[in-house]
Amino acid sequence: MTRIEPEKVTVILATDCGSTTTKAILIQRVEGVYRQTHRGEAPTTVEEPFANVTIGVINSVTEIGELAGRRLVDGNGRIIQPARTGPDGPEGCDLYISTSSAGGGLQMMVAGVVREMTAASAKRAALGAGAIVMDTIASNDRRRPYEQIQRIRELRPDMILVSGGTDGGDVKKVVEIAELIGPARPQPRFGGEYRMPVIFAGNRDAASLVAKAFEDEPIDLKVVDNLRPVLERENLGPARDAIHDMFLEHVMAHAPGYDILMNWTDAPIMPTPGAVGNILRTIAERQGINAVGVDIGGATTDVFSVFDGTFNRTVSANLGMSYSISNVCAEATMANVLRWVHFDMDERELRNRVKNKMIRPTTIPQSLEALVFEQAVAREALRLAYQQHKEFATTLKGVQQQRTVGDTFSQQTSGQTIVDNMKLDLLVASGGVLSHAPRMQQTALMLIDAFEPEGFTTLAKDSIFMMPHLGVLAEVHPQASLEVFERDCLIYLGTCVAAKGAGKAGRTCFRYEVTGETLRESGEITCGDLKLLPLGPGESATVTVEPARGFDLGNGPGKRVARSVRGGTVGLLLDGRGRPLVLPESRNECRAAMARWLSAVSMYPDRELHAVGGADRRRG
Amino acid sequence: MAKAYTPGLKVTGRTVHRCRRILPIRGEVLVAQGDRVEADTPVARTFLPGDVMPVNMANLLGVPPADVHGCMLRKEGERVRRDDAIAQTRGIFGMMRRTVKSPHGGTIETISDVTGQLILRGEPIPVEVRAYLSGTVAQVLPGEGVVVEAEITLIQGIFGVGGERSGRVVLAVKDPSQELVADMITPDMKGCVVVGGGRVWHEAVAKAMKVGAAAVVAGGIDDQDLREILGYDLGVAITGSESIPTTVIVTEGFGDIAMADRTWQLLRARAGSLASVNGATQIRAGVMRPEILIPVTPDAVLPEFDRRWPEGQLEPGRPVRIIRDPHFGLIGAVSALPPEPRILDSESKARVLEVTFDSGEKVIIPRANVELIEA
Repeated sequence: MTRIEPEKVTVILATDCGSTTTKAILIQRVEGVYRQTHRGEAPTTVEEPFANVTIGVINSVTEIGELAGRRLVDGNGRIIQPARTGPDGPEGCDLYISTSSAGGGLQMMVAGVVREMTAASAKRAALGAGAIVMDTIASNDRRRPYEQIQRIRELRPDMILVSGGTDGGDVKKVVEIAELIGPARPQPRFGGEYRMPVIFAGNRDAASLVAKAFEDEPIDLKVVDNLRPVLERENLGPARDAIHDMFLEHVMAHAPGYDILMNWTDAPIMPTPGAVGNILRTIAERQGINAVGVDIGGATTDVFSVFDGTFNRTVSANLGMSYSISNVCAEATMANVLRWVHFDMDERELRNRVKNKMIRPTTIPQSLEALVFEQAVAREALRLAYQQHKEFATTLKGVQQQRTVGDTFSQQTSGQTIVDNMKLDLLVASGGVLSHAPRMQQTALMLIDAFEPEGFTTLAKDSIFMMPHLGVLAEVHPQASLEVFERDCLIYLGTCVAAKGAGKAGRTCFRYEVTGETLRESGEITCGDLKLLPLGPGESATVTVEPARGFDLGNGPGKRVARSVRGGTVGLLLDGRGRPLVLPESRNECRAAMARWLSAVSMYPDRELHAVGGADRRRG
Repeated sequence: MAKAYTPGLKVTGRTVHRCRRILPIRGEVLVAQGDRVEADTPVARTFLPGDVMPVNMANLLGVPPADVHGCMLRKEGERVRRDDAIAQTRGIFGMMRRTVKSPHGGTIETISDVTGQLILRGEPIPVEVRAYLSGTVAQVLPGEGVVVEAEITLIQGIFGVGGERSGRVVLAVKDPSQELVADMITPDMKGCVVVGGGRVWHEAVAKAMKVGAAAVVAGGIDDQDLREILGYDLGVAITGSESIPTTVIVTEGFGDIAMADRTWQLLRARAGSLASVNGATQIRAGVMRPEILIPVTPDAVLPEFDRRWPEGQLEPGRPVRIIRDPHFGLIGAVSALPPEPRILDSESKARVLEVTFDSGEKVIIPRANVELIEA
């Protein structure tokens, strides 16, 4: 890898090798500022018959080169570096970087002594590094030791992270965990050609004993600093770095074609979700905001959050819009999905449609009815994924708290969620169903209905799923990464102003006054109302709200709030439906309420939707 | 002429097919290159390490972990049987000794001074891989397994449950749209691959299981029927390991849907032949579809299909199946491939094609919503 001189970089090429598609973007310095100028994509070629990731990379880069009028690939199928003027015009790039989630991404197993403490910290470290956590083994996970060993034998993770104990604490329980893993002889996913990578990030006094427990087993052990040196503090950095190192050394090096790709890149290849987390964390830190990002895919939904500087990521492994769509309907129940639909649908027919989507995941909704249903499923997938995220993103469990007499009745314990929708400043959407929704209002309302932001929240979407590229770029060229993020990555949808609390329909929820260059309006939002005001991209306004008694918009119940808000492609959404958002139980009332809300934001074209129902007797 | 690439399922009368039959870990290959094998011929064998049972000796003996070694009557590496005395405390003046018996048979693998834990490993577990497909051993992968090759009729289904089975193909219906109901399943179908037409009802599958049929193949299945068969709602399409005695394969999808005519004609032509089937479906990275493999002899008479279309190419005149509502399941021919994306009813912008049905009706369909039937 060559040393990078940031000031000399004018052309940056970045690829993200996904499970199905390899996406390339070109970033160029235009009038002194870095801008994303072109994009290209091609099918990923990790699997047979190609079994070489670089073919897909070169195809996507060739496409981008054709679009940009810049030769990026030479006659030998290699990326040209540095950027220069060749005989046929501009060619090459100064910096080439890549992320990868091909072949299912990084799959890990984690272990710790206590499930809620060290094992939870290990899980956070693995997720933060961009892994999918296949299972968490802990002394108190209610499985008997032989069941745990059986489970370890069944899994074929890419690597294992072992934690346990605070520094200087008990070693016995930590070694017991190692004694479960060693004899189980876990097999790595990419075959028996290499030793299973295991990272130990637990009680440092136990490190040598853990090494001894593994010495006769086909395990490659790496010992790093304890990720929970004391109960009150996590130290996830060293474990996360070790995961990235081992990901490159062991997993990537054995995936088809990655040995070549690793030689091409100017920065280590990063797991895609790890890179997304990286950019979100960087932005939240730089702007001093709390942010949540979501990426909903066909198989999984990733949620990232930064609250008060603490980063968390969760992967909901079976909540997705194609491969896992049937699981979303099963977990959420069809009744919950259908509450977001404003017309009649036959449940049996829908269940068959869901299964057909599962087995033919690349199909797209052709009819409006199919789109409405798919967006209803998306709300439930997002809602469930966010719920799981809130349950995971907590203050450290097991920490002793000093209490005063005043705390006696507060019931506050350690392990409370740190996700606070009232403090949320920015909500970013990415993933097919959100990014490719035909109308921006659809993206906005799916986000609001699923995440239920409170107070003032800016809504945005990742224009072309560029966050992974920018995440890895932030490691080597932060300035370029931030400039592109600000100018080209996010499409701002607008701002949602939503009151927390509940009230009777028709009663006042809050009064508002909007003052801006392009918008001046005041009025009242009643309980159950949803209103959209025009506030376009690049516009801003000051919104002053006076909540009714029992409603909170950020300063406490009934207290006035004034905030500057950002406009966007959707505008300013004033939401008086209450938080938590409760939909009418009666199906007819629910349909009517949905129809009113959808109409208020012009969610769908104004045309009659036909009931979907009856058995479909088609001939093959 | 406009062309585009769209993958489809293989439904072909005659093709040379290779199956990799690989052990989970290295072992012994039992056949040689060129050997003739039947579906149930063992081709490779190995032994998986036995199950592991940790025994907390320190607790059982009531001694500190470091003292466990001193109490052991049997050493590391020794084989023990269930209820063999494996450790004993010294007691007080030789009295009140505590004895620990082995809870299982196996080999004492390790005894830890730190945790006082003994690891007992059970007997190695034999694993045998069978040929699955009747044919010839085309390649031996030393220590790993073999590649079996045969000329076969190959039919890929769209979805299945249950693992590898083999049996003779028997038709239970008269035409490809006829539903498969319980009355059509008879005791003489034991060990057979039963072919239905349209929807297969769960009662029919239950009866097939009862009579001991190897597999049921049909055009469609209702989601509710699948739930009845499995006893749970399937969340993700990764199947093949269900513990059901009869494999179920659907060729078209979920709902009341008839078997595609080409599939039906082939299965009808091959009735009475021995088939190998596998319901395993995986629709993520490394797509795997359920399959019906029927070895074919050079003189077998098979229905003739139009073979002028290159694999994967979508072009005018080519028959396609629509795989999403509002025309789900219908088959027509591509009549135009406009290059520009169009706005759909859903307001999404997508590349489309025009399909003409036998009735002459023309419809515009997103290219993502059609599937080829590969010859």
